[in-house]
Amino acid sequence: MDSALLLHRIHFAFTITFHYLFPQLTMGLAPLIVILKTIALRRNDETYHQAARFWAKIFGINFLFGVMTGIPMEFQFGTNWSHFSRFAGGIIGQTLAMEGMFAFFLESAFLGLFLYGEKRLSPRGHWWAAVAVFLGSWMSGYFIIATDAWMQHPVGYVKAADGSLQLSSFWELVLNPWAGWQYAHNMSGAVITGAIVMASVGAFYLLWGKFEAHGKIFVRVGVVAGLIFSVLQLFPTGDGQGRMIALNQPVTLAAMEALFVGQSGAPLIIIGQPNVDERKIDNPVEIPQALSFLTYRAWKANVQGLDSFSPDLWPQSIALLYYSYHIMVGLGTIFIAIMVVAVFLLWRQKLFTARWMLWILLLALPFPYIANTAGWITAELGRQPWLVYGLMRTADGYSKMVSAGNAMFTLLGFLGMYTVLGILFLFLVRREIEHGPAAEVSAQH
Amino acid sequence: METLWFMIVAAMVAAYVVLDGFDLGAGAIYLGVARTSDDRRRILRAIGPVWDGNEVWLVAAGGTLYFAFPLLYASSFSGFYLPLMMVLWLLMLRGIGIELRAHVENPVWAGFFDLIFCVSSILLAIFFGAALGNVVRGVPLGPDGYFFEPLWTNFRASGTTGILDWYTVLTGVIALVTLVAHGSLYIAVKTEGELNRRTRAVALWAWPLQLVLTIVGLLASGYVQPIALDNYKHHAIGFLIPVIVFGSLGVMIYAIRKGEDKMAFVGSALYIVGMLVGAAFALYPLVLPASTNPAYSLSISNTAAGRHGLTVGFTWWIIALVLALGYFTFLFRMFRGKVRLEGEGY
Repeated sequence: MDSALLLHRIHFAFTITFHYLFPQLTMGLAPLIVILKTIALRRNDETYHQAARFWAKIFGINFLFGVMTGIPMEFQFGTNWSHFSRFAGGIIGQTLAMEGMFAFFLESAFLGLFLYGEKRLSPRGHWWAAVAVFLGSWMSGYFIIATDAWMQHPVGYVKAADGSLQLSSFWELVLNPWAGWQYAHNMSGAVITGAIVMASVGAFYLLWGKFEAHGKIFVRVGVVAGLIFSVLQLFPTGDGQGRMIALNQPVTLAAMEALFVGQSGAPLIIIGQPNVDERKIDNPVEIPQALSFLTYRAWKANVQGLDSFSPDLWPQSIALLYYSYHIMVGLGTIFIAIMVVAVFLLWRQKLFTARWMLWILLLALPFPYIANTAGWITAELGRQPWLVYGLMRTADGYSKMVSAGNAMFTLLGFLGMYTVLGILFLFLVRREIEHGPAAEVSAQH
Repeated sequence: METLWFMIVAAMVAAYVVLDGFDLGAGAIYLGVARTSDDRRRILRAIGPVWDGNEVWLVAAGGTLYFAFPLLYASSFSGFYLPLMMVLWLLMLRGIGIELRAHVENPVWAGFFDLIFCVSSILLAIFFGAALGNVVRGVPLGPDGYFFEPLWTNFRASGTTGILDWYTVLTGVIALVTLVAHGSLYIAVKTEGELNRRTRAVALWAWPLQLVLTIVGLLASGYVQPIALDNYKHHAIGFLIPVIVFGSLGVMIYAIRKGEDKMAFVGSALYIVGMLVGAAFALYPLVLPASTNPAYSLSISNTAAGRHGLTVGFTWWIIALVLALGYFTFLFRMFRGKVRLEGEGY
C-alpha cells in the first residue's frame, strides 16, 4: 500500500474516531436533558432542575470538545481528500453545507442561551432553548449520516463531462433509504451512550452515598432510556441496517460475518477467529442457519460468501471488520441484558439498594463508546475498497499533492493535540462529577 | 448562478471576519489591556456567549464554498495544507483558552489559558491575513488545477512562492492591526470605566498604523497582482469601494475621538467589509489566480458545481440564512448591553 494513502487514511480515521467520542454524548444527552427539564417544569421540582443543570454543564464541556475536534473533519475533505472532493463535492457539499447552515447556526446560537441564559429567559423560554439545542444536534447528525449514506449507497447523481459527479435529485440525496436506517441506528446508539453515562454517574453517587436524590434520578432516567434504545438498536434499526447491507453490499456482509464460502442455510458465527489466508474460521461457535434467517427471513436461504466475489472487491481488512462488527453486536446484546435486569429491579423498587447492579452500571461507562466506535469502523471498513461505493476507490481519492511527510507531520500534530485535549476533558468532567449537581453539599444533608 | 454563489461565499467570509474578527481582536489585545483578573473576566464575558456562534460562520462559509465550488475547495485546501492544519490547531487552542479558564479557580491555571488565548488569537489574525494575501498574489497552479505551497521559500512574491513572503506577511500584519482595532472597539462598546478607556486608547493608537498600512497594502497588491486593477479600470463603479474603505476609516477616528464607541465599531466593520469586497471585486471572475500560467487560474466557471445543485442549493440556503439571522438577532439582543461580573456564567 502506498504510504501516503495509508497515512491519509489513518489521519482521517484517527481524527474522526476521536471526534465521535464527543458528539455521541452530545446527541445522546440532549433529549435526556429535555426530559429532565420537562419533569422539572411539570412538577416544579428543584432537584430535577439541579439535575438538568448538572448535565447541561457536562454537555457544555462535551459540546466544546465536539466542536473543536469537528472543524478539522470538514477541513480534511479538502486538505487530505481533495481528489475525492473534486469528484463528489458537487453532491456531498450539499449535505455538509446544509449542516453548517441549518444545524450549526441553530445549535450554537441556542447553546449560549441554554448554558448562560437561564436567568435571562423565562423557565419556558429556557426549556425551548434546550429543545433547540436538541434539534440542532440531531439535525447535524442527519446531514452527516446523509453524507456517509451517499458514500455507502450513491443516489441522485449524474456524471458530468469532466468526470465529476453532480446532483441530479436533491430529494433522492436527502431521502436516501440507506440514510434512514443508518440515522435511526446511529441516533439510537447515541442515546444509549447518553443513557449509560447518566446511569453510571447516578450509580456512582449512590455507591458513594452523596447526592443520592440526584443519583436516583440519573439511574432511573438512564436505565429506562437505556432499555428502550438498546432494544431499538437491535430491532428494527440494526436489523434494517443489516438488510440494507445485504441488499446493496453483499460482499461487505460476507466479510463482516467472515462467510468465506456461500451456502444455503448459512450459520451465524458468534465467536471465532477469521483465518483469511486459509479462508476459514478458527474455533467457531455458531448458530446453524441463523444468518440465512436474519438476512432473508428463511432458514434455508442462500447467502453469498466471499467466494462469489473477485478478491479485488473484498474489503481489505476482513479480520478487523469482522471483529468490529462482532464487538458491536456483542456489546449491544449485553446492554439489553443489563437494562432488562436494571429496569426489572427498578420496577420492584430494589434497584437503588442493589449494590451489585449499581456496580455493573458504573462499570458499563466505557462500553457504549466502544460499541459506537466499533459500529462506525464496521460501516467504514465495510465500504472498502470504495470511497464512494462502486464509483471511486479509496486509493484514488486522497490529496496527491500532499506528500507522506506532510501527512505524517500533521498526523503527529493531531496525536499530540488530542492527547492534551483528552486529558483536559477527563480532568474537567471528573471535577464536575465530584462537585456534584447541588451547589453546596452541606445544604444537601 | 456562479456569480451569485461567488457573492454569497464572499459575503459569508466577510460576515465571518467581521464577527469572529472582533473576538480574535479582543484576544489579541487581551493580555495588553486587561491587567487584572476582573478585567480579563470582563473581556471573556463580552465574547463568551457569542464567539462560538461567530466561529460557525467559518464552518458555514467553508461548507458553502465546498458545495458551490468543489474544485476550488479541493485545490486550495490541499495546496494550503500546512497553514490550514496550523489554523485548526490554533482554533482548538483558542477554544480551550476561552472556555476552560473559568473552570478552575487558580491563578496558574488562569495564567496558562490567558496566554494561550492571546497568542493563538494573534497568530490566527496573521494567518488569515496571509491567506488572503496568498489568494490575491496567486499560487503556482498546475494544469490539473492543483498546487502545493511550502510555508516559505525565498520570501519573494513571484516564482516559486511559499505561503509566507514579503507581501503575505504584509497582509498578515494588516489583518492583525485591523482586528486589534476592531476587537478594541467591540470591548469598548461592551465595557465601562478603566477597561473602556484603555481599549479606546488602543484603537486610537492603531488608527494611524491602519491608515498607512491600508495605503501600502493597496499599492503592494497592485504591484504583485497587476490584473487586480483590470476590473477597476473597466467598471468605474468599483472606485466606490476605496471610497468606502477610507470613508469608514474617517468615521472610525471621528467616532473614537467623540467617544462614540458603537459608531466607531460599525465604522471598523464597514472597513473590513470594504477591504474584502475590494479584493473580491478585483479578482472576479477568478477565485485563485495562477502565478505559473494565467490559463491555469481557477475561476468561478471552471470550479463551480453543477447547475442543478447550485439552483436547488439557493432555495435552502435562503431559508437557512433567514433562520440564522433570526437566531443571532435574538441572541445578541439577549446579551446586549455592558457586561457585569455579577450573575451567571463566566
